[in-house]
Amino acid sequence: MDYLISVITLAGIHIIMALSFYLPFMTGQISIGQAGFMSIGAYASAVCTAKFGLPYVPAVLIGGMCAAIVGFILGIPALRIKGIYLLLLTLGFGEIVRVVFINIDYIGAAAGFPGIPYQEHTLLYAYGTVLIFIVLFNRLRKSRMGRALQAVGSDEDTAEVIGVNITAVKLIAFSSGAFIAGIGGGIFAHYQEYIEPLMFDVMHSVEFLVFTIFGGIQIFWGPIFGAFVLTLLPEFLRFIQEWRMELYGALLILMMIVRPQGIISLDSVQALEKAVRRLFGKNTAAVLSPDQTEGK
Amino acid sequence: MILEIRDIIKYFDGFCALMNVELEVEENRLHAIIGPNGAGKTTLFNLISGIYDVSEGQIAFRKKPINGLKPHQRAELGISRTFQIVRLFGHMSVLENVMLGSHCKTKTGLLKTLFRVSLRELEEEKTTRENAMRWLEFVGIAHKADQIAVNLPHAEQRLVEIARALNQDPDLLLFDEPAAGMNPKETLDLESLIIKINQMGKTVLLIEHNMDLVMEISHVISVLNFGAKIAEGKPSEIQENPVVIEAYLGRKR
Repeated sequence: MDYLISVITLAGIHIIMALSFYLPFMTGQISIGQAGFMSIGAYASAVCTAKFGLPYVPAVLIGGMCAAIVGFILGIPALRIKGIYLLLLTLGFGEIVRVVFINIDYIGAAAGFPGIPYQEHTLLYAYGTVLIFIVLFNRLRKSRMGRALQAVGSDEDTAEVIGVNITAVKLIAFSSGAFIAGIGGGIFAHYQEYIEPLMFDVMHSVEFLVFTIFGGIQIFWGPIFGAFVLTLLPEFLRFIQEWRMELYGALLILMMIVRPQGIISLDSVQALEKAVRRLFGKNTAAVLSPDQTEGK
Repeated sequence: MILEIRDIIKYFDGFCALMNVELEVEENRLHAIIGPNGAGKTTLFNLISGIYDVSEGQIAFRKKPINGLKPHQRAELGISRTFQIVRLFGHMSVLENVMLGSHCKTKTGLLKTLFRVSLRELEEEKTTRENAMRWLEFVGIAHKADQIAVNLPHAEQRLVEIARALNQDPDLLLFDEPAAGMNPKETLDLESLIIKINQMGKTVLLIEHNMDLVMEISHVISVLNFGAKIAEGKPSEIQENPVVIEAYLGRKR
C-alpha cells in the first residue's frame, strides 16, 4: 500500500512536469530542458528549508520563482531559434544546470543534498497543485491570452501580422513553463529528502515529452492523463516481470500508430463537456467552466 | 492621405523586387494594385504590413513613419491584411479565429485571466465574442461559428480571414487576391462585400487579378511591372494606357 501511494505521488509530480512541458509546447517551443528547471526548483527550495529553515509552501514557491527567472533569461535567446535547434539549446541547458550543481559544494556537489525536511503530505500537496493548474489551464483555454498562445503555436507569422506580440507571448509561455517545473522540483525534493544532480538528467526531460505526446497535445488534459497513466503503467505490468519495459515500449509505438493525436483529443473533451452540461443543467456547468457556457 | 510610400526599394539577396516605388493612398479610397506575376505586389503588401522591412525609402501611415515597426505594432496602429493563400489558425474554431483579430485592441493579461476571483465571464471576453459574431454575420457565415476553421470550403475560409481582419478594427485593409480560387457567384458576393467594407469608411488596398472585379469597384488603380510603378489612374484611364497594355499583352510587332 505504501508503495502504491508513493507511485501515485510520483505520478502527481510527473503531471506537474508534463504541464510544464506543455505550456511552452503550446506556442511551438519544444523544450527538453524541463528537468533542468525542475532541479533549479528542487535545489532552491531545499536550500530555503534545509539551510534557512523556511516553511514548505514559501520554499516551494521560491523554487518556482527561481526556475522562472532562469527560464526568462534563457527564453530571450531561445526566442530567436525554432524547432530542432531550440531542442538542442534546451538540451544543452539541462546538462549545464546539472554540471553546475555537481560543482557547487554548498549544496553537496556530486555527493548530493541530504537532509531535506520530509513533507509527509506530499500526496495532498502534489494533487492540490495539479488541481490549481487544472483550474488555471481551463481559464487560460478560453481567454484572450490562451487564444494568442494557440495562434502562435499554430502559425506565428500570421499571429504577428494580426497583432499578437509573439515575443511577449513566447517568453511568458517559456518562463511560466519553467515556473511550473520549479514547483514540481520543490515538491519532489521534499518528498525524496535527498537530491542529487543525476536525478535530473535529460532522460527525465524526454519522459515529460513522452507523457505529453502520449496523452494528447490538443488540450491540457492530455499531458495530465499521459503522465498519470505512464507512471502507473509499469507497476501494473509487473506480472510479466522482466518483459514489462519491452511491453511499455511496444504500447507506446502502438499508440502512435493507432492514435497519433494522443489519447485525449479536443473532440473527446468537448463531447464530455457537453454531456456534463446536459446532465447537470447549465448552472453546474457554469461553475465547472465559466467561460464556455454563456452566449452559446 | 492615409498611406504614403516614398521611394521604397526592396532587395532580396541582390535581386531588386521593388525599385523606387511611390504610392499615395487617399482616405476612404478603394485603391487597386495590379500587375503581371512577379511584379512585386505581394512584396509591397509585406512591406506595408511589416513582414519585411524596406531596404530604402519611407512608409508613413497617417503621416507617422512606420519603418522598423513590427507587424503587431502596425496592426495596433490600424493596418490589417489578408493573405494570397488563406492563413487561418486551422485547428481553432471559426469564432476563435475572428476573436483573435481583436487581440491588439484588447488588453486582458495573463494574471487577470488566471487569478481573478469572480467566476463570471470577463466583460472584455464577452464584448470580444459579440464583436466577432457581428463580423461573422457581416460576412455572412455566422452559422459556421463553432466549426473548426480548416473544415470550411475555400471561399468561406476567405470570408473568415476577412472577418478576422475587420475585427482588428483597422483603418486600412490590405486584401491580397481575395477572389483567387472563387467561382463567379462567390466573386460577385465578394465584390459587394468589399464595396460595403469601403462604404463603412475603411480604406481598402486591393491586389487582384480578376480584371472585371478591379475595373468595376476601384477608384484608383496603380500598375506595377518588374518592381516599378508604370501607371496610375482611374480604371478607364488604365484600360486605355498603352504602357499597361504592353506590360500585360506584349509589344506589337
